[in-house]
Amino acid sequence: METTFMTSRDTLLSALHETQSREKGKSWITDGEALQIARRYHIPLAELDGIVSFYKMFAREKRGSHIIRLCDSLSCRVRGSLDLYHHVRRKLGIQAGMTTPDGRFTLEIVNCLGACDKAPNLMIDDSLVSGITIGAIDTLLDAMQEAEL
Amino acid sequence: MNEKTRITQFAELEAPLDLAKYIESGGYQGLLAAMAKTPDELIGIIKDSGLRGRGGAGFPTGQKWESVAAAKEPYLVCNADEGEPGTFKDRFILEKAPYLVLEGMTIAALAIDAHQGYIYIRGEYPEIAKNLATAIEKAKAGGYLGNDILTNGFSFDVAVRVGGGSYVVGDETALLNSLMGNRGYPMLKPPFPTEKGLWEKPTVVNNVETLACVPIILACGATAFSSVGSRDCPGYKLFSLSGHVATPGVYELPMGTKVREVLEKAGGVTGTLKAIQIGGTAGPIFGPVALDYCLDFPSMRKVGGALGSGAIVAINTSVNMAHVLEVTMRFFAQESCGHCFPCRYGTRQLDYMARRIALGSGRADYLDLMRETAAVMVGASFCPFGQSVALPLTSLLDGFGDEIASFITEQDYLKEVEA
Amino acid sequence: MSVLLTIDGNRVSVPAHTSLLDAALTAHISIPTLCRHEDLQPKGSCGMCIVKINGQPGFKRSCVTEAEEGMSVFTSTPEIRDIRRGILELVLAAHPADCLQCIKHGKCELQTLAERFEIRDLRYDRYARGLSVDKSSKGIVRDMNKCIGCGRCVEICGETQTVASIFFRNRGADTIVAPPFGKGMGDSVCVNCGQCVVYCPVGALYEREQIDEVWKAIDDPRKTVVVQIAPAVRVAIGEEFGLKPGELCIGKLYAALRAIGVDVVFDTNFSADLTIMEEGTELLERIAKGGPFPLITSCSPGWIKFVETFYPDLLGNLSSCKSPQQMLGALIKTYYAERSGIDPANLVSLSVMPCTAKKFEADRPEMNASGLRDVDYVLTTREIARMFRQAGIVFADLSEKEPDPILSGYTGSATIFGASGGVMEAALRTAYELATGKTLERLDFTQLRGMRGVKEAEVDLNGLKVRVAAASGLGNARKVLDMISGSSHRGEPSYHFVEIMACTGGCVGGGGQPLPNGLAKRECRLEGLYAEDRGLPLRKSHENPEVKGIYAEFLGKPGSERAHKLLHTGYSAREGW
Repeated sequence: METTFMTSRDTLLSALHETQSREKGKSWITDGEALQIARRYHIPLAELDGIVSFYKMFAREKRGSHIIRLCDSLSCRVRGSLDLYHHVRRKLGIQAGMTTPDGRFTLEIVNCLGACDKAPNLMIDDSLVSGITIGAIDTLLDAMQEAEL
Repeated sequence: MNEKTRITQFAELEAPLDLAKYIESGGYQGLLAAMAKTPDELIGIIKDSGLRGRGGAGFPTGQKWESVAAAKEPYLVCNADEGEPGTFKDRFILEKAPYLVLEGMTIAALAIDAHQGYIYIRGEYPEIAKNLATAIEKAKAGGYLGNDILTNGFSFDVAVRVGGGSYVVGDETALLNSLMGNRGYPMLKPPFPTEKGLWEKPTVVNNVETLACVPIILACGATAFSSVGSRDCPGYKLFSLSGHVATPGVYELPMGTKVREVLEKAGGVTGTLKAIQIGGTAGPIFGPVALDYCLDFPSMRKVGGALGSGAIVAINTSVNMAHVLEVTMRFFAQESCGHCFPCRYGTRQLDYMARRIALGSGRADYLDLMRETAAVMVGASFCPFGQSVALPLTSLLDGFGDEIASFITEQDYLKEVEA
Repeated sequence: MSVLLTIDGNRVSVPAHTSLLDAALTAHISIPTLCRHEDLQPKGSCGMCIVKINGQPGFKRSCVTEAEEGMSVFTSTPEIRDIRRGILELVLAAHPADCLQCIKHGKCELQTLAERFEIRDLRYDRYARGLSVDKSSKGIVRDMNKCIGCGRCVEICGETQTVASIFFRNRGADTIVAPPFGKGMGDSVCVNCGQCVVYCPVGALYEREQIDEVWKAIDDPRKTVVVQIAPAVRVAIGEEFGLKPGELCIGKLYAALRAIGVDVVFDTNFSADLTIMEEGTELLERIAKGGPFPLITSCSPGWIKFVETFYPDLLGNLSSCKSPQQMLGALIKTYYAERSGIDPANLVSLSVMPCTAKKFEADRPEMNASGLRDVDYVLTTREIARMFRQAGIVFADLSEKEPDPILSGYTGSATIFGASGGVMEAALRTAYELATGKTLERLDFTQLRGMRGVKEAEVDLNGLKVRVAAASGLGNARKVLDMISGSSHRGEPSYHFVEIMACTGGCVGGGGQPLPNGLAKRECRLEGLYAEDRGLPLRKSHENPEVKGIYAEFLGKPGSERAHKLLHTGYSAREGW
């Protein structure tokens, strides 16, 4: 055991966020990282996994380098989020909750990003993209694809 | 109207993180005033102001503070887990006036003798969390937070904690569970957090907007604050307007303002108004009759609704109400924490039935079954989340049942969605 | 202080802070519930126990609402019945409809309530969760398709046992109970105690059955099936056949085992006496050498995996004795094989245990003293009862039979191995007489008896005040261990000898015992064991003539080289967390 002192549990979720995105393009918590956190906080592993799996922003299985969180709240829905979803779905070839075969994008549907005045919204990783249109989303995704080639 | 008691007066700064600019525009006057008062006096002022919690429940803030007055070192938690769909007023405050919230927390801490505070902010607001941490550092450097605030001998620290993506955690007991690094299950009340909260200590949980009102009340006085708004529910309120309005955004208007006037402030409805959801996803979906409703806690309760977070989503006639049903039920199913059976299984069935209806493969008996499911959830859900599904569901079925039923008979709606 | 209230028109007086659910019981009203269990914390999950309190809005969960003076409570109004039926329909729509094939058929709390509330049709569309059944563990099967998420197993595993091998996973309708890392129970820190099985209201957690294999062995003419029966089984198996908990059924058990075709019937009680000889010798040796203290018992395989996982530093304190099951298993394949002239490869060593962890223990690679498995198959009390029923045996009416001689005779000391504190009491009876040469006047160490979590006693052995403790339930074990770890730094040992049993109350409450298996039942079974002890002519292990015989004939003396080869073992640290 590398660390034996107990860290106060109120920092647990922050630690999970930090661990999850420790490296660029990584958006999940590995077994080794989960073990480390469990030891640091003196939490049984099963409980730690139980906590991680409760919160939708954390993942214990490999996800894409980029997480696209598409908002489908009522405010976004009445401003076209469903069309956006179907467009992104076709463009990336994946359903919500899935990762593209190249491991680049994971698509998630979320219930509200709290920017309803600029609906429809999506988040790419930590950045909010508001007032998005099908054209804008194409430009954005294409630019991201290119940037990584 | 007393413009000095508006939160939005602090929201016009170009550099919200610039502490000097905040002070220049009247910031920290409330804290200075509070420093000259005793805790009892502070609680008295807040009680006199009639301030009610802006998170959704509308509980009198002064009364909440008073209930921990005898406690030794209670905790203060700012609930910035703004997850209610259609709501973005806390984002607005935290982005535009972070010091106002910190100032409010410091005054609250003085009133209840808290020395440690937390801001629990939802994980979907990472930029704001970063900015808050910066603001906290700057406020400390300026002597407005931390040790020996304004050389008055009082110390109070604030830490930012970030959520992980859960709506239920917006409930104060679930929030405390989450803040303690647990699954975000709600806890049984009583005991209330003010009796047994964070780490089992008495804890006050206040919403961002509530805390933002506090410095204003101290700076302008309780009378000035309560001179605006309705008698039972004074003060200004931030309304989040979205959906089919010309200029969506946050609008600050007196409590008790009619829905019609709020919509007008946002440039009016685009197209023909069909429905309005008030208070968030857990609130009812009204027809145009709601235009004449007054927006405060008691008035909305009288019409069978809830002011909730002050979210208003306008829906015009281009929207199919089966969409609204489907979005709403999916929200409940995805956000149910799963602790209690009625909500865990009930939201799953409601989501399934709503989706089948929207996809044109519903059954005629679904509508009755959905109502009955909601009745089970109202009667036996553990926390208000599961109980609240009935409000949007029954209002949708009462007001738009024929339209929704027509999809079941026509059987062709939205089939292309799955294609 | 008590409060007076009215429940469905009945005036009842209950102590303050009594839950309405418990208060209703005093008025002979059993409020339905799917999550509440009297041995555990109320959870308020299922919502079935809602009641109406006059003057209060809505309904209240009676499991978490305290009775108050002057309350008027209604437990079964038309609205309440509708809601309860609604909850049951919702649960059933997500629950496999394979009751007839389910191991819990007839004992399932969900099935019972569905019947009670006449759920004949489901208006909801059923859905299957499609989860794979976890069969990775030697002791326990986990089928989350059937889980109703009551959380009892999470509490018993995490809070009572402090093992925490499983926890809630996911949220909403996807909530299940799972070990970490998406792995199975067999790859987790699970110690196989089976207490989760005991408290599971449905068929989501159950013992891994080996009945088919045992029938095959019985039906194979080349094989000689040799059975042994653990102490705690004899006072519990009667419950499977309508007899009272605690009723001694050993004679009927011998008879029933012969009736289903078992060839040779021995008794684990014999090897319990043998254990005392070996472990008592070990204790006296440690006293002579001055440590290491405390010596800690090693009969409970759940406990063994627990200490290997969470307290590897204390492995040196464990007695090197195998458990009675493994001792007898080793002797069957060696001593009995030699005496009977049967090729040990044709001997099938079967044990009937109150325990799911015994399945894991028998499977441990090192448990092969003869070169063959010490124990081939372990059946729980529930499984052997199923075999008896399959064979059409009318258990309650059987005439009592005798076991085979040599490895079956036992004393009162052996039979109380099934009770928490029993091994300690048995050891003290023998150690006292061996160490002092005097006759022990009072055999009953009552301070070591009963359901309390930690029990202590002190005995004078030739001037040395020997301090002993007995703990049951692994959470209690943890308390004792933490005390031991703390005191070892200060020189003076807190205890010289400690008995630990994984399950609360000892083996009478094991994970393989007849259901229901709550604490009240366990007390009755304890009483049954002590009653047998009182009535036996011999009550001290060292007086067992068969034990004396096997030492004279085969083993030499306690602690001999041969005894060590066959009857002792070692332990190794396991990855924790």
